[in-house]
Amino acid sequence: MTLSYHLQVVNLLAALLLLISFAMLSQRRIVGLITLFAWQGAALATSTAIVAWSTGQHHLYWSAALTLALKVIAMPWFFFRLVRKLDVEREVETMINIPTTMLIGIALVIFSFNLALPISQMSGTVTRSTLGIAMACVLLAFLMMITRRKAITQVLGFLSMENGLFFAATSASYGMPLVVEMGVALDVLVGVFVLGIFFFQIRETFDSLDLKHMEKLKER
Amino acid sequence: MLDLIPLQWAWGIVLYWLLLAGASLLAQRNAALITAIVFPLGALGALAIAGVGALGLAGPSAHFILPIGLPDLPFHLRLDALSGFFLVLLGGAAFGVTVYAMGYFKSMAAEQLSLLALWYHLFLAGMAMVLLADDAYAFMVAWEVMALSSYFLVTTDHKIPEIRRAGFLYLLIAHVGAVSLLLCFGVLQGGHGAYTFDYMRSAELTPFWASAAYLLALFGFGAKAGLVPMHVWLPEAHPAAPSPVSALMSGVMLKTAIYGLLRVTFDLLNVQLAWWGTLALTLGLLTALYGVIFAAVQSDMKRLLAWSSIENIGIVLAGFGLSLIFYADGKGALAALTMTALLYHAINHAFFKGLLFIGTGSVLHSTGVRHMGALGGLIRYMPWTAWLTLVGALAIAGLPPLNGFVSEWLLLQAFLLSPGLSHHYLNMVIPVAAAAIALASALAAYVMVKFFGVVFLGQPRAANLEHAHEAGWPERLGMIWMALACVLLGLFPVQVIVWLEPVVRLLTSQTMTNAGNWLMLAPISAERASYAPLIFFAVIAAITLLVFFGVKRVYHGRVRRADPWDCGFPEQDARMQDSAEGFGQPIRQIFESFMRVEREMPDPFDRAPQYRGDSRDKIWLLIYQPIADLTAWLSAQAGRLQHGRIHWYLIYSFATLIFLLVFTR
Repeated sequence: MTLSYHLQVVNLLAALLLLISFAMLSQRRIVGLITLFAWQGAALATSTAIVAWSTGQHHLYWSAALTLALKVIAMPWFFFRLVRKLDVEREVETMINIPTTMLIGIALVIFSFNLALPISQMSGTVTRSTLGIAMACVLLAFLMMITRRKAITQVLGFLSMENGLFFAATSASYGMPLVVEMGVALDVLVGVFVLGIFFFQIRETFDSLDLKHMEKLKER
Repeated sequence: MLDLIPLQWAWGIVLYWLLLAGASLLAQRNAALITAIVFPLGALGALAIAGVGALGLAGPSAHFILPIGLPDLPFHLRLDALSGFFLVLLGGAAFGVTVYAMGYFKSMAAEQLSLLALWYHLFLAGMAMVLLADDAYAFMVAWEVMALSSYFLVTTDHKIPEIRRAGFLYLLIAHVGAVSLLLCFGVLQGGHGAYTFDYMRSAELTPFWASAAYLLALFGFGAKAGLVPMHVWLPEAHPAAPSPVSALMSGVMLKTAIYGLLRVTFDLLNVQLAWWGTLALTLGLLTALYGVIFAAVQSDMKRLLAWSSIENIGIVLAGFGLSLIFYADGKGALAALTMTALLYHAINHAFFKGLLFIGTGSVLHSTGVRHMGALGGLIRYMPWTAWLTLVGALAIAGLPPLNGFVSEWLLLQAFLLSPGLSHHYLNMVIPVAAAAIALASALAAYVMVKFFGVVFLGQPRAANLEHAHEAGWPERLGMIWMALACVLLGLFPVQVIVWLEPVVRLLTSQTMTNAGNWLMLAPISAERASYAPLIFFAVIAAITLLVFFGVKRVYHGRVRRADPWDCGFPEQDARMQDSAEGFGQPIRQIFESFMRVEREMPDPFDRAPQYRGDSRDKIWLLIYQPIADLTAWLSAQAGRLQHGRIHWYLIYSFATLIFLLVFTR
């Protein structure tokens, strides 16, 4: 069976998305991480737009535009400013070393492909084969949140996870209703701003953005 | 429509109390406003609800649906003879206590007082609603209002850590009990899914489920009433609470538990089994003996009274158990006699224990001391308080012609008149139970001799007692009301029993037969036993007066004060009197293995040695401490999950996610 060109492009973009997720896992510098995040957003927006064009789901154009505006332009810009202000352009500190993380990541990808197989057979969309990739992106982003020390990388991991979810929604059922997507976008935007304020507060309190200082906050 | 009037009035008074509660919050700046207006108005409400209760007692039962509550779940109210009787008890005791509270709280800071008045009236409204509720939902809401408002009343002086601790213990046990009641109502509805009491009456439960409901009710109401071993909150909460609050809690709130137990067992359940009665009888006797023995060794006035409340609740529950045994065995007349005795004792206890608690409050108010080792001789400085408290002490000790005698005598008659029950073991055990009741009554008298003797008689044990001042008029009026009730309930038992008839008929479908006339009380038959309190009183009064005037006539009539015989020992002082610890020592010697005694031995070289002994019960260590330790250990284990590392928290959710994904595949 041959796939139409636009589907091949979507598959290519999906592969790119997964690649960027791995790149984010292996990236050692925060500025690089933000750039990768922006690229991930760009790939997501492009693939959403192509799905919209090929299936005639017009509301997906709005989603693509929102993604482009928020995740490719606004947030990376905000993060770049934040990093400069907080002066944390240095290396990303990891809990587990990067090669091990990559190996765990590969295991996760295999797991999610295995998991997505029965689901994508049930789904009736043309993009169903990318569901496994979407789930892998979610789990890889989660893994990034677990293995990084700095608060700012946690937020990037969280946003990247949101990208994966968004992609999963697009590939499994042509996206969520527009109202839901608007709501999620607003949540993410507000969340980022609130977290940005928190970063300043955390640094002011602990003189660092390292999360290990927050262990003091527990009871006893 | 006419039948509804008392019920609507009762609901109106509940609303009126709620309004007063709100109003007292508004009067936060003005303490005088609260003691001079809010409390008297509250007392009027109590009097009115007693009147309404009396109407409900005489009239037919009335229902009323209140359109408040959750959607499709309105409050059902009902006023029948049983709720009417307990409303009279509530109103009568609360009137005296509230009049007393007008004077007692005068010196309290305005802000604290307004909160206290808020909880006080909420408490009254909650108790009245418990008695009026006719569905499980309204009952539980009212029950919780009662428990929470009394918790805040107990912790009025919340700045003291021990009081906070006592309040917590009370709240904990109240809620364990409430959960049990919730389960009990769940069983009682028997699959109808409808929680009105009417449905529960018609539910056909199998003996197994009926027993489950009864056991849950016994546990839940027992936790509120202070049944051993759920009594631990009583000796802690009563010393912590202000005295009028203790009086209400002990006099009235414990009775709401008795009301609930009667309502569930005799009204809502459709079968009654004999072994339920045996269980309640055993537990009741155990509670009575346990309570009175611990009361005998206490040296804190209010703790002593709290233990004595446990004893009285034990007697009431023993009566309940006996009545249940008779009822299940088909001995209706005896069941009615026992039921009369237990209701009589419940209302007696409301008045005499209320009186003793407020009397103690006056002593505490004027001396600031609860420990009996620092009191004594107060009859000279506080004659009103002392004589009125004496009435309460004599009543609780079960001396004729006061009310305590009547109910205990009736109960003993019921025990002794029990002819062959169909169960042989019970036949053998019931005389022993009667002996236990007699022992508890005798020890109660011993306790009261100690209480009154150490606090009011003899020489003052501390110098500052000479400045003790007499209670003011509102306090005296409150105490006079309670004492009057004790005397009247004692002198006119025949009338009281006629008045109790509708309740007894409602519960046991028979009434107690009085073989005597209006003057003479004779249960079952006049040949076996009879009691004529008015004649008894007249004879006692006549003999006392004759002796008094005779001695005055024969003797020279002058009062001569002289030193008592001093065994040739030149020095005499107040420290040589028998102390609270000393008086209770024989009892402590006998029962020491049940107690945890903490002694403070004086130094041999001390010039003014002080001995203090405190006896606490072991149940705390035996039952509650292991449960508390286990809970603490389990929470410590669960607490290890919380170590503050965000990465680990993320791993928890990651692992959960992966697990769920694998699981749902």
